[in-house]
Amino acid sequence: MYAALKNQLYHWIFQPRGPEGGTIVLVQRRVFILPTRQGIVFALTLLLMLVGSINYGLSLGFVLTFLLAGLGITAMLHTFRNLAHMRVAPGRVQAVFAGEHARFTVRLENPGATDRYEIGLTRDRNAADFHDIPAQHQVLAGVDVPAPRRGPLRPGRLTLFTRYPLGLFHAWSYLDLDVQCVVYPRPARPGALPPQVSSEGSGALHGQGQEDFSGLRQYHPGDSPRHIAWKAAARDQGLLTKQFSGRADAELWLDWQQLPATMDVEARLSQLTRWVIDAQASSVSYGLRLPGMTLPVATGEAHRERCLEALALFDVRVLDRDGSQAPSA
Amino acid sequence: MYGCSTGMDPRLHLRSTLWLTGALLLVAAPHVDRLPWWIITLALMLVAWRVYLGKMRLELPRKWLLLAIVAGTVTGVYLNYRTIFGRDAGIALLMVMLALKLLETRTRRDGMLLCFLGYFLVITNFLHSQTIPTALYMLVCVWLITAGMVHLQHGHSDAGYRVPLRAAGLMLAQSAPLMLVLFLLFPRIQGPLWGLPHDAYSALSGLSETMSPGSFTNLTLSDAVAFRVEFKEQAPPPRDLYWRGPVMWDFDGYSWSAPPYQYASQLRYNAQLPGIEYSVTLEPHNNRWLLALDLPARVPPGAIPTTDFQLRSAAPVTTRVRYDMQSFLKVEFGLAESRQAMRRALRLPAGFNPRTAEFARALRKKFAGDRALMNAVLAMFRDEAYFYTLSPPQLGDHPVDDFLFRTRRGFCEHYASAFAVLMRAAGIPARIVTGYLGGELNPLGNYMIVRQSDAHAWTEVWFPDAGWIRVDPTAAVSPLRVESGIAAALPRTDPLPLLARGDYPWLRQLRLTWDSAANSWNQWVLGYNPERQRSLMTRIGIDRSTWESLALLLVIATLTVTVILFLLMARRSRAAMDPVKRAYLLFCRKLAGAGLPRAPSEGPAAYAARLAAARPDLQTAVGAITRLYIVLRYGVAPGPAAWREFEERVKHFSAATR
Repeated sequence: MYAALKNQLYHWIFQPRGPEGGTIVLVQRRVFILPTRQGIVFALTLLLMLVGSINYGLSLGFVLTFLLAGLGITAMLHTFRNLAHMRVAPGRVQAVFAGEHARFTVRLENPGATDRYEIGLTRDRNAADFHDIPAQHQVLAGVDVPAPRRGPLRPGRLTLFTRYPLGLFHAWSYLDLDVQCVVYPRPARPGALPPQVSSEGSGALHGQGQEDFSGLRQYHPGDSPRHIAWKAAARDQGLLTKQFSGRADAELWLDWQQLPATMDVEARLSQLTRWVIDAQASSVSYGLRLPGMTLPVATGEAHRERCLEALALFDVRVLDRDGSQAPSA
Repeated sequence: MYGCSTGMDPRLHLRSTLWLTGALLLVAAPHVDRLPWWIITLALMLVAWRVYLGKMRLELPRKWLLLAIVAGTVTGVYLNYRTIFGRDAGIALLMVMLALKLLETRTRRDGMLLCFLGYFLVITNFLHSQTIPTALYMLVCVWLITAGMVHLQHGHSDAGYRVPLRAAGLMLAQSAPLMLVLFLLFPRIQGPLWGLPHDAYSALSGLSETMSPGSFTNLTLSDAVAFRVEFKEQAPPPRDLYWRGPVMWDFDGYSWSAPPYQYASQLRYNAQLPGIEYSVTLEPHNNRWLLALDLPARVPPGAIPTTDFQLRSAAPVTTRVRYDMQSFLKVEFGLAESRQAMRRALRLPAGFNPRTAEFARALRKKFAGDRALMNAVLAMFRDEAYFYTLSPPQLGDHPVDDFLFRTRRGFCEHYASAFAVLMRAAGIPARIVTGYLGGELNPLGNYMIVRQSDAHAWTEVWFPDAGWIRVDPTAAVSPLRVESGIAAALPRTDPLPLLARGDYPWLRQLRLTWDSAANSWNQWVLGYNPERQRSLMTRIGIDRSTWESLALLLVIATLTVTVILFLLMARRSRAAMDPVKRAYLLFCRKLAGAGLPRAPSEGPAAYAARLAAARPDLQTAVGAITRLYIVLRYGVAPGPAAWREFEERVKHFSAATR
């Protein structure tokens, strides 16, 4: 009974409306405000000053106490205004591998004529990303969200808040952005690419496309440590990955069915992920075969992303439909 | 605009710390000459230590060390004041605690607590002074503390000084109307709520219940205002401005004293002229007498008269009080004095001032009548080499003898005392009256200022046929003192406060202007009490203002002011609407009035097409406006001519059917 009432009250006050797309305008109804702990201490200080003023008949004590009380009210309005009428839109999200943190960016726009200061964006109240936003400007704020599992990831409810200018009040607004991040499966431990795969054309992949060093590129998460240019890292040039040119005509099929039947679904996906990364790093043309889905042989960043996304969003129910391919648990 | 990912209670910037330290030092500065030197030294050392640690980026001291300093300070304060709860002891402790808090200020939360303590320290200054300059100084301090608080909130980027100062100034200015509402309407209660520490009002100066040679000299050096008077009609001439205070009967050979008091149920007198009506605003002096023009004819509420026409308040005057009075300048009183009173008015201590006693006996032989004898003494003061001075020579064991026959230089208390002793020795009842003589009329506010430097002592002598009559022996020595005030009567070499001298006309003008401001300040700011609040309520039409009606009014007024403030502020935070769009919306409204509203999802071009179909007569006008709008909003650098054209067309557009 009590819980139901509380729930109803919560809905009435905060009016959660589910994920919202596009630009959100923080209208007054969406901004909540409460005194902070310091605000309460401030009020108690004022009470003490009031009692002192009455007791000693201090007229200027009254003046000061009332000026500060007025300051408290003014500060409340300023804190509220510092947040209200701001425009918020989701920014782009970079895909990550499971086990990493996804960074969700949010574009904060100040359409008003006054500067805004110390606007914080937080997800868990432990740490926040603070920004000052001058009048008619916009900034990008971000939150890091842990991505433990593959699949689509939503940031959940974010809180945009401020305590500026006096720290006596905490104004906040809940953001439930309609944005999601694709979390790729966690790559399996580096190992050999699938054994020699015959392709329609001539030639085979030699030594996993590792013989011809063709240059360095920026390290991507998931790159094999064996390909990291450690000498460059030691020279403080950051992490770079060595690239090797394989044969242009080399073709590689990364196939769900190649993997031992004893492996469970997630382990297979992890292994395939690892192969996609390594194949891409070796500049091999590769294709991906999953139950119910086939991505033809191709190469390039876009292909890699397509493959990884397919692995990330692989729906287990496909297997049930096709009973013969059910993994042995 | 780099963001900064941090926890919710970040560590303090050195700049914030320094700022707060500076603001707190400013607040504490006026206390310096009121506190023992060791408190000041200790507090300054602690502050210096904190600044050093901050600059060197060293760790702040451990808790146990701070606790040890606290214990030491409390002990020291106790030894110094014999209490730790009094007003001065409390301020001393607060100062050291603030310095110690500074020493353990690490995070923003600590910084804010420091600000609150700073506000509290501001209020302690008002215990000592509530003048306009103090108020202005403290306003600056409050501004700086508030700016410090804003600076603290800029925890994630360095804000410099300009932004916090501006924000704090703006907020304080916006708080002023709220302050005014609260000040006027907050239901006032007459304090104190509980017993005040005994030293609550020790800083006040004024007359005293005893008088000895030299006791008036200190008062005369003070510019402080004793009270202000508003006369209903013309002010009496200076020679009649004797303000009656404590009356002293008992003489111990050296000093005179007023107690014990003989209270009367009412004032008995025979008035011969209509009384003078006026009201007195008395500065607090922490004693119980109320000043009134000689001779008071009315007892203000809450006061008790004595048989010798003193008015004594029921409680010490610790706040400024205002009372209406009536006085008679020509009046007969004390014709029927008791025998006990006569004995008291003749008593002299045995063995003191023998030469005076002998001189009085000689006078008694020479003059048969009391009046003749009295006049002879006054004539002696007038004609022989007696001088009126603020810096008389030191007097010995028999001060009256010494003064009358050796030094012959003295101030009002010397003449009054010597004269009363002579009268008593000659068998004429006499007593001392202390109070103030004169006052300065301020034409700006049409009221009179009486300062401590106007303090005066005179005598009253009793004759069987006339009762008590006022005799001012100082007037015999220095008629100027009565007619023109103390500055005219004293030699120019005597030290007198600048304000008591009238040498520079512009200075005098300036000081009268200033006092007029101070008077209004006293009446309206400092003197705003439950009574004034009631009369203000009556004036705005609330006759019997109760606690509840005031509270209701207060809430309504506060909400109103807050809402107005909010609306004014909200205007600036909303998206500033672009004038082009505003004009276009006006155009749409005009069409909506003609029954052709724009659908929420309809673009300008689609709308124009629909309008053209519905109202072919408007096609040209609508087409032009829509094309201009699209150019102005989305075109590359449309000129001001396009805007003017657009504005004109929208203005003259009419959707009415022709």
